[in-house]
Amino acid sequence: MTKQKMNNARRSPFAAILVILAGLLISGGGYAVASSAVTSSTTAQTSQEAIDAGKKLFLANCASCHGSNAEGGNMGPSLIGVGAASVDFQVGTGRMPGQASGPQMMKKPVQFTEEQTAQLAAYVASLAPGPSIPSEEWVGEAALAKGDTTHGGELFRINCAMCHNAVGAGGALTEGKFAPRLEGVEAKHIYEAMVIGPQNMPVFNDANLTPEDKRDIISYLKYVEANPSAGGEELGGLGPVAEGLFVWIFVLGGIVVITIWLGAKSN
Amino acid sequence: MSNATATAKKKGGFLAGTANYLDERVGVAGILKEFGRKVFPDHWSFMLGEVALYSFLVLLLSGTFLTFWFQPSMVPVIYEGSYAPLKGAEMSIAYASTLDISFEIRGGLLFRQVHHWSALLFVAAAGLHMLRVFFTGAFRKPREINWVVGFVLFVLGMAGGFTGYSLPDDLLSGNGLRIIDGMIKGIPYIGAYTSSLLFGGEFPGEAIVARLYSLHIMIVPALILVFVAVHLFMVVIHKHTHYAGPGKRDDNVVGYPLMPVYVAKAGGFFFIVFGVIMLIAATFTINPIWAYGAYDPSPVSAGTQPDWYIGWLDGALRLAPTHLEFMIGDFTLSMNILIPLVVGVLFLVVVALYPFIEAWVTGDKREHHVLDRPRNTPVRTGIGAAGVTFYAVLWAGASTDLIATHFQVSLNHVLTSMQILLIVGPIAAYMITKRACLSLMRKDREIALHGRETGRVVRLPHGEYIEVHEPMDEYELYKLVGYKAYQPMLARPNAKGVITLRSRIRAVLSRFYFEDRVVPPTKGEIEAAHDHGKELH
Repeated sequence: MTKQKMNNARRSPFAAILVILAGLLISGGGYAVASSAVTSSTTAQTSQEAIDAGKKLFLANCASCHGSNAEGGNMGPSLIGVGAASVDFQVGTGRMPGQASGPQMMKKPVQFTEEQTAQLAAYVASLAPGPSIPSEEWVGEAALAKGDTTHGGELFRINCAMCHNAVGAGGALTEGKFAPRLEGVEAKHIYEAMVIGPQNMPVFNDANLTPEDKRDIISYLKYVEANPSAGGEELGGLGPVAEGLFVWIFVLGGIVVITIWLGAKSN
Repeated sequence: MSNATATAKKKGGFLAGTANYLDERVGVAGILKEFGRKVFPDHWSFMLGEVALYSFLVLLLSGTFLTFWFQPSMVPVIYEGSYAPLKGAEMSIAYASTLDISFEIRGGLLFRQVHHWSALLFVAAAGLHMLRVFFTGAFRKPREINWVVGFVLFVLGMAGGFTGYSLPDDLLSGNGLRIIDGMIKGIPYIGAYTSSLLFGGEFPGEAIVARLYSLHIMIVPALILVFVAVHLFMVVIHKHTHYAGPGKRDDNVVGYPLMPVYVAKAGGFFFIVFGVIMLIAATFTINPIWAYGAYDPSPVSAGTQPDWYIGWLDGALRLAPTHLEFMIGDFTLSMNILIPLVVGVLFLVVVALYPFIEAWVTGDKREHHVLDRPRNTPVRTGIGAAGVTFYAVLWAGASTDLIATHFQVSLNHVLTSMQILLIVGPIAAYMITKRACLSLMRKDREIALHGRETGRVVRLPHGEYIEVHEPMDEYELYKLVGYKAYQPMLARPNAKGVITLRSRIRAVLSRFYFEDRVVPPTKGEIEAAHDHGKELH
């Protein structure tokens, strides 16, 4: 092989395609290996039976927007490679199947049974590797009890509070989008949301927040949820706005009623 | 002399003896006699200022309790208290001591909440009191200066509240301070120096909590006390105003004496206000600083709002149009900060000076001790409604994000609507209120002349149907006709025969105030109408 030949080969029209293909293979394969290594265990059903059942459910309930092979379309994104975690989050919180298009898919009563959700997840996971549903090791009650709430609280304030509010009461985003309230959200759904970054939420991958970090954040949220304010009724955790309205309407309003009562006696 | 005292002692026992002892030494009897015979008219709206005064007393008491434990230091410590989700976290001593007040000190959390709720109530009651004074024209001569004193008290209330809000050094208050820092830095030229001076270097520094603490527990409350004293002293000098009624004139006060009626009433009312505050503080969380975490300049939480009385300034910042900043030489003029600042200051100046503006326009130099019914001064009431609307839109502007999430509308739409509402709202409020006042006056005139409709329809012998109108009694009539309808002044030439620009402006403003009016019926008209009514019956 002479130098000349090498140069010729490099200039061949196929060279660019080959290089891109190789690059894609390495990065895609690497990503698949990495993500399957990071999200190791898959607890959901992965049997062929479940995948087939999931596909049927998919065709009946999801394909009109996401395409009959989950390849996506004008109405919905491709689901190839979104992983079981994404399905479990979107379907498990009732956001999917979507009810109406709008700035954001709304949470609503869950449309599928747990088994059906798992089947859908198995089907979507079978299309291409993607983040899987977190195991009990991170979101189980025993795991959450071990979590460091101080660390979790700090991480929450740094990473989450700017949208979800310092006490997780939720907050507004642009054009009608919003970060939802976190009270009452299941631990695994919080974990999944961090991994997949649904809708407007950014992805917090394991290099950004390790599984321990994620667990700590959830531990913190669950601690706050389980221990209501020491100061009494919380007024929705909305801070000074709720407090101001309360003082004007109920406190000052109540006192004005009393003044009217006091003034009326002699009139 | 001594004999007389001895006999008095025998007669009256311990109480009279003590009274006599004091009287002979400091002349208490004279003071009490004079002060105790002060007459105070009875109306619920006259008690709003009292509410503010009583919440201030509660503030002083609860605040003193808090100073026993609060440590205004920004030195970092590791928290080892009992609130689990912060155990082992690094924080300032100020924040740690506030947590200790909340979780370790007996009654600490209750008193923190008493202090904060009464602060909110103090400014709210003062604000409502100001509105009452405005809408009833109680600021007119001779009370213009007392209006300004009250206005200063309201601003001091805001200052006291804000300095206190920033003390715990939690995330929420730190975010609030950061906004103040940004606003100060937005002032051209002096901004950066002022900020550096205030914070002792770059924000947040290690000095600000201690400095705010000095302001919060000494300077501001001392000023409030002084101004409260002046305010009350002037109330004593001017005597209280009263609403129109039989025997109530501009040169008297009709009501009960302070001793014993009002001392008992006001004392009881203090305990009612105190009780309401305690009840609320014991049952409703306010400012749960433990939930916000220690201040750290990097995280900014969604839904960061100031306490309500600073809300209108926060709203002004949010509603200010963006992208208007420009540069002159090396100085950036950040209009999205300067516009809210200028608008806010102008608004306050107009509020403070309104009594003088109105006095100049109307040229009214007489003393007024009988209050106006708001409907009888349509333009003033309209201006007040416009002011309230303007303030309310700015105030609501501070919670655009909460409005967006709670009513499921777009944040951008909420902002744009409020920007429009800020301009259109006050104009609409002025026009609607003025028209409503004029209509109410026409209705009053109608009722004064023909009595109240009873809804009883009778058939007269000749077949005609009429509705029976019930004539008003003397007391009620006073309310309806006890006002004057002023005519607009014309621009007149002065001694030199020249119509000055000043008098032209005044004429225009006078027309604006008094062009539309409803003249109250005269005695003759009322009698004539009554006779007419009797004929019919």
